[in-house]
Amino acid sequence: MSLRSPLSQAKGLGSAKEGVHHWWAQRLTAIALVPLTLWFVFSIASIAGAEKAEVLAWIASPVNAVALILFLATLLHHSQLGVQVVIEDYVHSEGLKLVSMVLMKFTHVVLAVASIFSVLKIALSGPIGG
Amino acid sequence: MSTASDNRPLSPHLQIYRPQLTATLSILHRATGVFLSLGSLFLATWLVALATGGEAYDCVDVVLKSWFGQLCLLGWSYALFYHLCNGVRHLVWDTGRGLEIKAVYTSGYIVVFASLLLTAAVWAVACL
Repeated sequence: MSLRSPLSQAKGLGSAKEGVHHWWAQRLTAIALVPLTLWFVFSIASIAGAEKAEVLAWIASPVNAVALILFLATLLHHSQLGVQVVIEDYVHSEGLKLVSMVLMKFTHVVLAVASIFSVLKIALSGPIGG
Repeated sequence: MSTASDNRPLSPHLQIYRPQLTATLSILHRATGVFLSLGSLFLATWLVALATGGEAYDCVDVVLKSWFGQLCLLGWSYALFYHLCNGVRHLVWDTGRGLEIKAVYTSGYIVVFASLLLTAAVWAVACL
């Protein structure tokens, strides 16, 4: 006889209070990153060594700007999911684990906002002046 | 505190084992992942510098074009393709396929070969 309540059985989440969300989010972002990463790396390679104005014009093109924002958001989400597991595995002191986890998550949010804002600023600032 | 339990046998440590392709590629996936997270820090810096304009971008550009910057880019490009190829390998495993020892070795060699090939391809695009 199970001592779990019918509701807890239906939810099936156990004492961790979460299910496969982390695992699933990591897979979804991984799948999305396959085409986004290939596009990003080969695009960047094709404008390697270009003048600054040329790079800005490339970012400002609507298709590139949208793809870049999708890439940055997905990349940084995937990155923080991965580093989270690394911290969970290797940092054994509870205090240090909490501090490094919070700092790591905050850093990723800052990087995501700063890089996406930069793309928007370049894309929306009109004709490239520098 | 010396007790009788000190003499209990220990399980072999990691360094006892001969390095194997499976274990090496596995830890390499994690190592490249962490290294790429550091790369995202640089990517964000590059974009912020571009949006800021003026001297900030020149500064990043000098670092980027130095031998150290180019070495980092080479490392990041290989790490990216390795993590991508091995990530796809993991996604296939998630469907329950390719988990036999022979298949794991075959896909492992494919990942090493494909990541090297993609790295060469992207640098060919960059240099031509």
